[in-house]
Amino acid sequence: MKEIVVISGKGGTGKTSITASFSILGTKDLVAVDCDVDAADMHILLKPDLGESQDFYSGEVASIDQTKCIACDKCAKVCRFNAIDREGVRYSVNTLNCEGCGYCARVCPVGAITNISQKVGVWYMSNTRGGFSMVHAKLGIGADNSGKLVAHVKNQAKALARRQGKKYVLVDGSPGIGCPVVSSLSGANYVVLVTEPTVSGIHDLKRVYELVKNFKIHAGCIVNKADINPEITEQIIVYLRAEGIDLLARLPYEENFTKAMVAGQTIVEFDNGMLKKNLTDTWQRVCRIVDEQQGES
Amino acid sequence: MKIAFTAKGIDWDAQIDPRFGRTDYIVVYDEEADTLTNTDNREVEGIAHGAGPQTAQKLFDLAPDVLITGNGPGGNAAAALQKAKLKIFTGAGGMTVKEAFEAYKKGSLQDFS
Amino acid sequence: MSDVVIASGKGGTGKTTLSTNLATLLAEEDPVVLVDLDVEEPNSGLFINGTEIAREIKYKMIPRWESDACTLCGLCQQVCNFHSIIKLGKEIMVFPQLCHSCFACSELCPTNCLPMVPMRMGQTTHFKLGNLVFVESRLDIGQEQAVPLIAQTKECVKKKYSSIGFKIYDAPPGTSCPVIEAAKDADFIILVTEPTPFGLNDLRLAVETMRELSKPIGIVINRHGIGNDEVDAYCAVENIPVLARLPNDRRAAQLYSRGERIYTQLPEFKKELEKVALHIRSLSEGGRQ
Repeated sequence: MKEIVVISGKGGTGKTSITASFSILGTKDLVAVDCDVDAADMHILLKPDLGESQDFYSGEVASIDQTKCIACDKCAKVCRFNAIDREGVRYSVNTLNCEGCGYCARVCPVGAITNISQKVGVWYMSNTRGGFSMVHAKLGIGADNSGKLVAHVKNQAKALARRQGKKYVLVDGSPGIGCPVVSSLSGANYVVLVTEPTVSGIHDLKRVYELVKNFKIHAGCIVNKADINPEITEQIIVYLRAEGIDLLARLPYEENFTKAMVAGQTIVEFDNGMLKKNLTDTWQRVCRIVDEQQGES
Repeated sequence: MKIAFTAKGIDWDAQIDPRFGRTDYIVVYDEEADTLTNTDNREVEGIAHGAGPQTAQKLFDLAPDVLITGNGPGGNAAAALQKAKLKIFTGAGGMTVKEAFEAYKKGSLQDFS
Repeated sequence: MSDVVIASGKGGTGKTTLSTNLATLLAEEDPVVLVDLDVEEPNSGLFINGTEIAREIKYKMIPRWESDACTLCGLCQQVCNFHSIIKLGKEIMVFPQLCHSCFACSELCPTNCLPMVPMRMGQTTHFKLGNLVFVESRLDIGQEQAVPLIAQTKECVKKKYSSIGFKIYDAPPGTSCPVIEAAKDADFIILVTEPTPFGLNDLRLAVETMRELSKPIGIVINRHGIGNDEVDAYCAVENIPVLARLPNDRRAAQLYSRGERIYTQLPEFKKELEKVALHIRSLSEGGRQ
């Protein structure tokens, strides 16, 4: 079983539309995972049935037991995050500011403060309209995506893929360059980078590839909307060559990306022309590359 | 020589866990004593950030000469492992512990350090 | 005075397009500060070619181990909820990227072996372009915490540019802690979205987040005409004003790709952008009364 991770650094490059298309093309062989939990959109196209669900707890915030508190002010004095609110002698925790460092609980002389785990979201193991399984999560407001959540949903997906005897786990990766994307990449066999030829697209591609390089994972790149700026597309291709990244595809600027989304379909279901052919070829090429690799995850 | 493996199980037939920080087990083969021991690392699943250093600390206490894993350890873990002065070999993802050991003996794994 | 934060539920909807174009348009008449708070992926600077006027290195406080008096008691490791300090044999090792600067290990150490010292986390650069001051903060690669840098940047802008009436902040995407830090002191929030199912889904989350902060909101629909009318319908039901509908136009995408201003070349785009500018000016006047 091999793990293929799609990431983009920058938003709006078409990463999720492309990942969802791959999942439809590879229906029989894979389990899909949405690790882009901050902006989880893949479910809109794949319509999972929200089969099995479980609450997800992570991170802690302090909580003050009013019956024990003696208003000594020690907690407020040590807190560096402005998270202890005072109203007269009533002390309470501002949960938006609390980082969960636990310092206050350690200095409280009467043991009135405890750290409580927060429910940050729900994760699901679902069946999609494509017939394959999908593991995905929904985060609560202000909750942070974390390496823990990403590792968790990926583990569930891998276990499921093993049980079902599937060849691939296909991951819609997390954005940015922080802990979640590190966790998305950890354990991957192949990384698909999706970018666009804009000044910000190439900038973010380079930033995120720095991370991929640390892991020594083989990567390929899809340049979406390639015709919008041929000059930057050329710069991207030069960069890919220098870094040893496979150029997987150059896709045109196509409103069918959006039209398919509005129709609630993936591109390969909506489009019957070049776009579909391009994506099908790309998916087959990715499969060939990972099939030839030794080892699994 | 003591050789450590990141693994999904506890014996020679267990799969190598390609992840370092979030590996399920650390399996250690002591060549002199010819023993295979293991340390359960599954508690790191509860850690949101910083799994790498935690696992590195466990490995440090086990004091192996060599570490064999799948992908390279991330930045934090790599910094901690430097202190442990061990040799790190990667590229064993998908092998069993036994296969990884043989690959290491043949010299076909990548030197990470 | 008005502090306007421009945010969006997901990346790539046109947040940077709106903030850079809007700030330059406002600056045609008044002094404006534009602040890029998307410190993980700061992109506004690619669209503003100003002259650098100042640069500051930003630090966060982390513990530094001084071995002399250390008894290796391990209390520091025990009190750290972020696993950023561990005992490795006869050494104490600090992982600066994981540290939240809570000071617990430092202040609870029985032998005072962990003084807090500043560590570089990124930098803030100030540029000037006519009436426009542009401030960009950039997290160093490998740094994982955006919140402290966002907080320091806001603080610095407030102090340094107190006399400038219009402040536009480009927030990070999403709905997590960095966005909340960016938005929590704003007078008004503009959420940028696309009229598509993805756009609507992410807009909903962003609206819920901003309502949690009890902030007034306006919506700008980017690439209007490309998708469907559901975002408009949602805004009507939720009673959120749609400030402008920036037209879907391949030329806009091309100008953006080159890092160029859009409103100076596309009159249809400018007409809509002026509605947003007008709204911000009216807020500002309302605030003065």
